[in-house]
Amino acid sequence: MGLALLVIIWLITFFSTYFFVAQTWWLPHGTATAAAFIDHQFALTYILMGIVFVAAQGALGYLVWKYRDGGSNRPVEYSHGNTKLELIWTTLTAVLFIGLNLMGSHVWASERFEPAGPGSVPVEVTGMQFAWYFRYPGADGKFGRTEPKLMDPSAGNEAAVGLDTTDPASKDDVVTGTMYLPVNRQVDLTLRAVDVIHSFFVPSFRFKQDAVPGLAIHMHFTPTEIGEYEIACAELCGLGHYKMHGMVHVVGQEDFDKWLAAREAEKQ
Amino acid sequence: MATFSSTIRVPQADKGGGGTHPPVRGGGGDGGRGDGYPDYGQRLRRLRVGLAIGLTSVTMIFVSLTSAYIVRRGLPTFDDHTGTYTRDWIPVQLPLALLLINTALLAFSSLTAEFARRQITRQAALAPVQSIPGVSLGRESGFPWLALTVVLGLGFLSGQWLAWRELADRGFYLATSASSSFVYLLTAAHGLHLLGGVMVLLYAATVSLLHRPVERRRIVVDVTAWYWHFMFVLWLGIFALLWFVR
Amino acid sequence: MVAQDAHAHAAPQGFIRKYVFSLDHKVIGLQYYFLALAAVFVGMFLSLLMRIHMVWPSAILPIVGEIKPETYLQLLTMHGTIMVFFVLTTAPQSGFGNYFLPIQIGAPDMAFPVLNMLSFWTTFVAFIVMLAAFFAVGGAPLHGWTGYAPLSALTNSGPGEQLGADLWITSIAIFCVASLMGALNFITTTLDLRAKGMTMMRMPLTCWAWLITAILGLLAFGVLLSAGILLLLDRNLGTSFYVPLVVVNGQIMGHKGGSPLLWQHLFWFFGHPEVYIAILPGMGVASQLLSTFARKPIFGYKAMVYAIMAIGILGFVVWGHHMFMSGMSPYSAFAFSIMTMAIGVPSAIKTFNWLGTLYKAKIRFQTPMLYAIGFVSLFVSGGLSGPFLAQPVLDIPLHDTAFVVAHFHLIMGVAAIFGMFAGTYYWFPKMFGRMMNESLGRIHFVLTLIGTYSIFMPMHYLGMAGQPRRYSQFTEVAYLQHLMPLNRFITYAAFITISAQLIFVFNLFWSMFKGPKASDNPWEATTLEWTTATPPPHDNFGGHTPVVYHGPYEYSVPGAAKDYVMQTDPAGVPAH
Repeated sequence: MGLALLVIIWLITFFSTYFFVAQTWWLPHGTATAAAFIDHQFALTYILMGIVFVAAQGALGYLVWKYRDGGSNRPVEYSHGNTKLELIWTTLTAVLFIGLNLMGSHVWASERFEPAGPGSVPVEVTGMQFAWYFRYPGADGKFGRTEPKLMDPSAGNEAAVGLDTTDPASKDDVVTGTMYLPVNRQVDLTLRAVDVIHSFFVPSFRFKQDAVPGLAIHMHFTPTEIGEYEIACAELCGLGHYKMHGMVHVVGQEDFDKWLAAREAEKQ
Repeated sequence: MATFSSTIRVPQADKGGGGTHPPVRGGGGDGGRGDGYPDYGQRLRRLRVGLAIGLTSVTMIFVSLTSAYIVRRGLPTFDDHTGTYTRDWIPVQLPLALLLINTALLAFSSLTAEFARRQITRQAALAPVQSIPGVSLGRESGFPWLALTVVLGLGFLSGQWLAWRELADRGFYLATSASSSFVYLLTAAHGLHLLGGVMVLLYAATVSLLHRPVERRRIVVDVTAWYWHFMFVLWLGIFALLWFVR
Repeated sequence: MVAQDAHAHAAPQGFIRKYVFSLDHKVIGLQYYFLALAAVFVGMFLSLLMRIHMVWPSAILPIVGEIKPETYLQLLTMHGTIMVFFVLTTAPQSGFGNYFLPIQIGAPDMAFPVLNMLSFWTTFVAFIVMLAAFFAVGGAPLHGWTGYAPLSALTNSGPGEQLGADLWITSIAIFCVASLMGALNFITTTLDLRAKGMTMMRMPLTCWAWLITAILGLLAFGVLLSAGILLLLDRNLGTSFYVPLVVVNGQIMGHKGGSPLLWQHLFWFFGHPEVYIAILPGMGVASQLLSTFARKPIFGYKAMVYAIMAIGILGFVVWGHHMFMSGMSPYSAFAFSIMTMAIGVPSAIKTFNWLGTLYKAKIRFQTPMLYAIGFVSLFVSGGLSGPFLAQPVLDIPLHDTAFVVAHFHLIMGVAAIFGMFAGTYYWFPKMFGRMMNESLGRIHFVLTLIGTYSIFMPMHYLGMAGQPRRYSQFTEVAYLQHLMPLNRFITYAAFITISAQLIFVFNLFWSMFKGPKASDNPWEATTLEWTTATPPPHDNFGGHTPVVYHGPYEYSVPGAAKDYVMQTDPAGVPAH
């Protein structure tokens, strides 16, 4: 049975590790500035944890085989432990775990402790059961007022977010069901939710943030490649959670300006 | 179905080998009864330990409600109209005089509960003396501290009810504002626990009327009195929170 | 209160007193165990339906019919809730703990037998109320076992969110009360009822695990109770603890100013200790069995005790790691993240010590040991995905994906379950006087180990590829389509693994009646339950009081007559 255990444990370890190393199913190609560091930190973590994984499972399999009771009178080492060894591996583990965490912390700080820089593209994302709406503030750079009383998804995009058309700042606000962004410019995102918690998740950007009713959460990211990327809601929001889907189109600056101008024109 | 050993061990009066003896933890006789009951001193200590542990969990309930209160009080809410965060905490106009009277009632009830506890402790201590032939300490009943505690406790609860009516008259209902929700919730949670204490006190009073052994009565009254004191201190904490952090 | 002693120490008569409202901790332990067994089959059935729907969304199944997206979410919610509360918080602690804590410390029963009986029946009522949610108008709630507000706080946010959700919250509140009663009993018993010579540092590690678990429960369940009451008030009496101004389906709800994050803080303040409640008893059992079947003392008993305590204490300061993406302050996130990495350290110490116990040992491979070894392997696998999730930057791509599902299932859904299997095979002879079948045990072990790895290891890959949690189907998202073959593989593995559990059930019930008779100490183990008759008499030790002379893991003591020295054996052992 010792041998059987060794074989089973080692095979499980082998197959698990193989698919990690081969990256058969992996993080999608990263297309935002954060992706490089996040992927680097991910790789570091998974290599270190992978080594521990293989070592621990390997040791377990080996030990149960090597020290099986084979009927011989090999003496058992009567030992209650080894304090020095305990201290050594405790310290090493603490250094490994906490060190790993501290290494990733500056990226977290830069993403989250600091607001978006000047010149970033402001976009407001509003989540509701079960769609995403995107609002651009237009030439005045200000988002107009929204009123819960005015919310009516059946009456178009502006009405869905309850845009108050009496507010002068609302006149140039553009609300769409698809998100367009210019490449290589930081996006100053404001996340809102109308009914329950949703989460704005774009795997390619390595971006995720919950949209919470009662809060307007500011985040930023910078897309780096032109393309189309899917948005998947990442917080259970009701029966339509699985189909609360959206698209982000990252285009050149000129195309973005043209698109925005076209949307503004449609409003007239 | 599972099989369990159903041998019945007849309790032996002596401490010979065939009797049913629960583990005795070093020292302490078994109160003169060799039939397997832990002695009542042990029993009392065990119940006090149990009470202390149980009160830890009650404390956690109120700690969580208190921290929710404090956080909510300081929490800004996002106002759609202005697009900014504003504080929307409305201090509740508490009926202070009424609440002070209730607090006094509860304080007195804690006092009377303590007198009841000490009274029965004395009675239990003197119980062995009673069994000496020819010795009489007179009738057992002293001042009805226990009954008075029940009356004062019920007085407190009625006073709380009146305080709720007063709050309603001032326009503060359960759902009026976050602050009023907490006031009702905290006082209700405390009142419910106190009501439980009242019911146990009534049980203790009944047990005394039914002439159960005084050691057993002492255990019930002792543990309940400590619970009662905790409820009083808890009320002071809640009152202080609602008044000074309103 | 003292009257209950009379009931506890004289053997009860009559079916009702003996088996229904028994005050005997052994009967109560078995009642909890069988409740958990019923619950786990309900939970597994729900998960099978979930797995089928995920890969064949339009399938019409026999009996249950069509599974709509909302039905899927209802299955998911009830699966999680039933498994976490009625299986993982029940069997390892209230089941085995109730049966064996008093015996392992040399006591005739728990400190408060009447309270014990009440805590079981209260748990039972909670279970019935939970099951009633399925039959409520609108059905069971769909807000997940985590019940995030406002989804759970609004009665019109989805099907099942009316009566079903209220029943769900009520059941959990009742369960909280039952757990607090149980925790009180466990702690008082451990502190006050130990036999002569049974110092704290001579207690088996199972007893330490049950003690720390009870302390965690004592401090955590009250917070869940508060959270649930606030939720009931928001849902039914118009308060706004959790709900800000929201508009559902064009209708402005009457709430204002509440904070959804408040629910998350309260819930996870409970929720994180809860997952340690689920795993610590299994760690205790693993330690116990590894030492027993390796015929070697546990490596580093004191370190194991300190590690359990450290896990318990740190378990209270890491709850924010469930909330990195929630909108919580990023500074708090950083603090929680450091503490979360710190809690990996005592867990690692335990793993090293388990391996150290096997080193230069003499390992016997009876079924209980197989499960203990499996536990270690699964704990390593499940634990090592923790450091990914503990780092907020890595949590960004991984939060709310199948990666998290892999992490917690490997630990709670497999390792903890292996702890229960290990305990079952190990203690079965003592509880029922018969041995379970070894061959069936081995087959069950191999199928379950390979099966559960096949189900949950691939979920890591799915999570990295961006597959979100709680999606009833993946048809609407293009980047998920290439993951369907792997999802189907998992579903097939689930079919096989769940079927394999029938072997265990058969073995369990068949052996109760037909298994070979067991001796008093079939495993040649040293702890107190093996000193007494099989099954133990009503007062556990048949009238005599055990006296303990040394620690619980004296195996292969040099110079001893046998390769084990029981705790009650006055023979000396080397000082350590």
